[in-house]
Order: sequence, then structure tokens, then C-alpha cells
Amino acid sequence: MSELMPVILALTILIGGVAGAAVLTWFERRLLGVWQDRYGPNRLGPFGIGQVAADMIKLLFKDDWVPPFADRMVFIFAPTAIVVAMMMGFAVVPFAPGMMIIDVNIGLLFFLGMTSLAVYSVLLGGLASNNKYALLGGLRSAAQMVSYEVFMGLSLIGVVMMSGSFSLVDIVEAQTDVWFCFSQILGLIVFIIAGIAESHRLPFDLPEAEHELTAGFHTEYGGMKFAMFMLGEYLGLMLISCMIVTLFFGGWHGPMLIGDWLPPFFWFSLKVFVVICFFVLLRAAIPRPRYDQLMSLGWKVMLPITLVNILVTGAVLLWIEGVA
Amino acid sequence: MLEIVLFYIAATVALVATVMAMTRANAIHALIYLIVSLLAVAVIFFLIGAPFAAALEIVIYAGAIMVLFVFVIMMLNLGEKGDKQERQWLQPSIWAGPAILSIVLLIELVMVISQTSGPVSVTAVSAKEVGLSLFGPYVLAVEIASMLLLAGLVGSFHLGRRYLDRDNLEKKGGQ
Repeated sequence: MSELMPVILALTILIGGVAGAAVLTWFERRLLGVWQDRYGPNRLGPFGIGQVAADMIKLLFKDDWVPPFADRMVFIFAPTAIVVAMMMGFAVVPFAPGMMIIDVNIGLLFFLGMTSLAVYSVLLGGLASNNKYALLGGLRSAAQMVSYEVFMGLSLIGVVMMSGSFSLVDIVEAQTDVWFCFSQILGLIVFIIAGIAESHRLPFDLPEAEHELTAGFHTEYGGMKFAMFMLGEYLGLMLISCMIVTLFFGGWHGPMLIGDWLPPFFWFSLKVFVVICFFVLLRAAIPRPRYDQLMSLGWKVMLPITLVNILVTGAVLLWIEGVA
Repeated sequence: MLEIVLFYIAATVALVATVMAMTRANAIHALIYLIVSLLAVAVIFFLIGAPFAAALEIVIYAGAIMVLFVFVIMMLNLGEKGDKQERQWLQPSIWAGPAILSIVLLIELVMVISQTSGPVSVTAVSAKEVGLSLFGPYVLAVEIASMLLLAGLVGSFHLGRRYLDRDNLEKKGGQ
């Protein structure tokens, strides 16, 4: 059984990830509706959940077309890359004690590596479309994602220093008493902002930016290839939420004063759900910054914050070690 | 046994991808093969007991440096013309000489390796050990590398400044 566990879990993530992303498209629109004082899709089935099936049928039956001017091989490869990379990222997420595909001692770096590979999807999609709006979207995404990857990695150094390991299981276990969201509040803020930028969602969806670039890097995409891009984006959202919970909100542990009286997986999913709702709220509440504002926010605000965080965390850890 | 099989699969992928990267006329296709090659090398690093190096290979080489390569190629916007020129440069008369010479070197390398071959002992090197050796015996190399990077940073800042000033001037002129 224990040998089969990773295989079963991998299949569950594969199916659950796709289904979850599909339901999220509906859930997000309903939630946005609530926060923007309107209904959102509410016609099909109870609460409009039939919209998910309607969207799926529509996407599946659309003509799977490759523009004649596009670079065919790269055009088809691009949307698959983001889905594969994001799915691979789930391999190291600890859902509950023993409930993960693989516990490697470089789990955190593996996650960073997979998110950094997802950049290619947007980049190559924009390039292969051979369309100037798509190219501009791709260029923006390259600069945005490479920059925010830097802060994303640096913001996690504090967590690694405090837990003394890159293994995600060790990081969750180090938070048994106190979650890292208090001591690593600066790291958490930077990680959330960098996470939104990495999954290029509103307010940082400059690679798409429909007001100025029609649809950015996926202007030429339609049907299932477009659906793959959306699947990748929602998988990215779920992956980032899982990582925020794992790294800063105690993973499978219950809240501190309440204790662990519910199954670990329940706590984990509840927290991930709350984080996803928070991301949707951000999308509803904050307008998109200009491109140069995004870049200067990154290099002039986020980089100093992360460096100060690392310095202070290191100093405090050494001080505690000296006292003890 | 499984590790050896995996090693040879990854090594084959790396070799094939590298050859493809060199022979493609389209720069983007060549870069994708190069990325695949780097990923295969990362798998090899992981198999021979250097998980930290494997992760850094993906994060830094495949995930950051190659993105910048793609970025530059996007800016150049080569298109069909670039492909044609590249195909012209890839005539056998041009690459045959260097290829023969490097095959001679390859044969020598294989002979040297086959003479000294012994069982490669797999000892996993953790991130902590890498860090300790970087800031212990190799601290001088780290400092020199940091100076080099700082010089690059100052240089790119200097090159980019001109445009920044012009933008400011335009803004002031418009107000």
C-alpha cells in the first residue's frame, strides 16, 4: 500500500487538479460577482455550477486551429509546458503527514525550478504566435517573471534559515508550535506578491493585459490550447496557495489555539481554500499597475525588503544561538 | 541497476538534445533543445548524488539564463531570413574540419576515462555541505565572482542610463 501511495496520489492530483481548475473558473467568477455587487454566472444548474460543464463542452468542440504564420512545433509545445511544469510542482507538496508523492531534501528548490520552467510557456507561446501583441506579451512576461523569481526565491530564505532544511516536510514540522507567518511576515508579503506575478494573474497580468494587448501571449490561441493555458494558470494559483500554506501557515497543522482536532488534510485544504479566496479578492480589489511601476516595485521595494528580512532573521537566529 | 539505466537514458537525451541544439537552423528550436539538454544534465546530477546542484541547474540555467537567451532572440526578431543565413553557415565544408579534430579529442578522452574507470561511489552532497564549502575553502572564488557580477551590474546600469535620461527629458518637455 505504501508503495502504491505515490502513484494513487499522483493520479488523484492529475484528475483533481484539472477538475479543481475547472470548478475554480466558475467559483472565481461567482466570488468576483459577490465582491463587485453583481451575480456572475448563475443560470445553469444550482448556483450556476453547470457553467463549468458548458465551458468545457464549448472548449472541447472548438476548432483546434494553428495559424499558418505561426511556428507550428513551438506553438503546440507552449501550452503543454505550463501544465506539465505546474503538475510537477505538486509532487513535493505535503498535503498531510505521509500524504505526498515524494519527500526530497530539495523540495523547495524543486518547486522554484518548476515555476521557473513555467515561464517558457508564456514566452514561447508569445513568440511562436508571430503576432506583435503576443510578442509584446511574451516580452513582458519574460522580464516580469525573471525579476519576480528572484524575490520569490529570496523571500523563502528566511523560512529555510528558521527550519534549517529545504525539505517541505521539515518546514511544516518546524511550525508545530508557531507558524512562520508571524516571524516571517516580510517574507510572506513578498512571497504573496511574487506568487501573483509568477502565476501572471490580475493585478499582475501584464503579459495578457486585454485593454492594451488584446489577450497578450495567447491572442492567437483558441479551443483546447487556450484551455491548456487557463488550466496552467489555475494550477499555478492552486500550487502557489498550497506553497503559501505549507511555508507560512503551518501546512497540515491546525490553528495554534484550537489544536489538531480535525484530520490534517482537512486543515490543509481549508487553509488553501482561504488563500485562494484571498487571491480572488486581490483580483477584484486592486487595479493593474503600469509595466514600469511593476518593475520598480520589484527592484526598489521588494528586493530591499527581502534582503533586510534575511539579514534580520540571520542576526536573530545567531543571537538566540549565542544566548542558549 | 535502475540508477544506471536511468543514467544512460538521461545521458542519451542530453547528447541527442545537444547535437540537435547545434544543428537547428531556427534559433528558438535550438534553444528549446538546449533547455532539454540542461534538464537532462540536472537529472544526471540528481542521480550521481548532487541534488542541490541538480536543483540549481534547473532554477538558474534552465529557468533564468535560458529565459534571457530567448528574450534576446525575441528582441532580435530574426524570422525566416535568419534561418536562411544560419542554413548557409551550416555547410559541411565549414563544420567538417573542427568536427574531425574534436572527434580525435573525444577518442582520447574515452581512452583516458576507460583506463581510470572504477565504480563511481555515490555520496549525496547536501545543500549544507555546498554552503559550507562555498563560504569556507572557496570563499575567495565567491568574492571574485561577486565582484565580477557587480561590475556587470554597474556596466548595464551605465548602458541603460542614457535611455532613462531621455525618457525623463521627454516627460519634462511634455509637461
